[in-house]
Amino acid sequence: MKSRPNWPAGLFALVWLAIVVGPLLYLVTVSLRTRAEYLGKSVWEMPDALSLDNYVTVLTGGFGQYLLNNVIVTVATVAIVVLVTVPAAYAVVRNTSPFVQRGFTLLLMGLAIPAQATIIPVYLMITRMQLYDTLTAIILPTAAFALPVAMLVLVNSLRDVPRELYEAQAIDGAGPMRVLVSLVLPLARPAIMTVVVYTALNAWNGFLFPLVLTQSESSRVLTLGLWDFQGQFGTNVPALLAAVTLSVLPIFVVYLIGRRFLLSGLTAGFGK
Amino acid sequence: MSSQRPSAWYAVPAFAFFALFAALPMLLVIYLSFTAWDGLGTPALNGGENWSRLLEDSEARASVWRTLVLMVVSWLVQTPIALLIGVWAAGKQRSRAVLSSIFFLPLLLSTAAIALLWQALLEPNFGAFVGGPLFLGDPDIALYTVVLVISWQFIPFHTLLYQGAARAVPASLYEAATIDGASRVSKFRHITLPQLRYTVVTSSVLMLVGSLTTFDTVLILTNGGPGTATRILPLHMYITGFSGFEMGYASTIAVVLVVLGTALSLAVMRWSGFRQMSSQQEGS
Repeated sequence: MKSRPNWPAGLFALVWLAIVVGPLLYLVTVSLRTRAEYLGKSVWEMPDALSLDNYVTVLTGGFGQYLLNNVIVTVATVAIVVLVTVPAAYAVVRNTSPFVQRGFTLLLMGLAIPAQATIIPVYLMITRMQLYDTLTAIILPTAAFALPVAMLVLVNSLRDVPRELYEAQAIDGAGPMRVLVSLVLPLARPAIMTVVVYTALNAWNGFLFPLVLTQSESSRVLTLGLWDFQGQFGTNVPALLAAVTLSVLPIFVVYLIGRRFLLSGLTAGFGK
Repeated sequence: MSSQRPSAWYAVPAFAFFALFAALPMLLVIYLSFTAWDGLGTPALNGGENWSRLLEDSEARASVWRTLVLMVVSWLVQTPIALLIGVWAAGKQRSRAVLSSIFFLPLLLSTAAIALLWQALLEPNFGAFVGGPLFLGDPDIALYTVVLVISWQFIPFHTLLYQGAARAVPASLYEAATIDGASRVSKFRHITLPQLRYTVVTSSVLMLVGSLTTFDTVLILTNGGPGTATRILPLHMYITGFSGFEMGYASTIAVVLVVLGTALSLAVMRWSGFRQMSSQQEGS
């Protein structure tokens, strides 16, 4: 079908492009300026030379530790979420007992719980469990709050699996464990990827739990590190923006590699 | 045959984990709202003291009001833009695919990164708008500046929702309308919008609950200032609890947050006929 080009919409899209890209360009260009140039020249002037000094400053200032902590928190959170939700989603789809079905309903109600509202009791529990100021303190609640979405995505995907496939496996004499490994895991792979992406992005960018549940430098994650840099560097905005740029780089690389998964992962469970 | 089905034990780790770290805190926060606790010692029941205090706390009332303003203005800014861009991006042209993958970049940045970036951009002496308004320093506009930053961050996500939904609209509807000579605008009004109504609800609920719980953006951008111009409810709770060491009273504010969020989601769903969705799925 032939359609006329939609000029107003196209123009609007270009304006939006500028609004999205402008701040990002600002981020990268300022991070490549020296402090003197930042203070002395307008942002719209061309810099004399690009400088990587800010990146050196950041990388020698504890950034590596924060990055490592972030990787640990993200990997552990994703591992917990996948390990507990895949068997649970299999049970929700194939086990009709009220315990499983009502439990699932309750879990979905968790979608509406604002994590902020629970931060004080979580703080109480974590301190009583002697976990305050450890990476575990961040991992446990982050994973728990990722469960509802993960279950929603996995259950929706496993519900589409034809019942005959399960029955064929049963006739072959496969127990539930074998069905889980040889049928559920392969079939749920796209949904699991979605869960991995969604959980990883949330864990990677988490702020509130690390803020309230950790304190010392050794257990600091990237987002808090950025905030801390703000205090540490004072008016050294180029260095701060270099830190911001560095914090985005890992996820940007992942984005370039797995754009398809990332975009489907971000909307999973919500798209209708 | 039933022996071949997974036992309920398969679900136990997930349920137990959720119960311990998400459901139990929900119950605990209600308990804590009836206690006095400085964050170090043991919470001690103090009857309804926190609750009667809340009724007289004009700062808490003001922060609820700011939260509602933030919520409504964010919705008004984000929904039309996300809807229009989402529908536009649903087209199959290659240029749209490329552009929309750029549109999603803000989703990759953490809230902390976005808040710091915008703080630098809006800095009055060296930022990108030197000589412009004091975006974050003027009590009259600081809250609206926060809305702009939140919108920059979240419009891409809602665009993604609308893009997906717009792709699912049956092409035959548009073909029939074209044969009838319908204009582009009337096709949008009479086909696209009605077809996207459930997405509008989903997106609105997420948006409203999201604005209700906005926290890190405001903490980093303004820390509630200037004065208390941007001290919204979650921030008021955080400052009361973790800076003022009044964890019991902060829990009371947290309960208000939960009640507001739940009431809001239910209201949006009822008002927009979200309930009928299940019957529609069953084909009736």
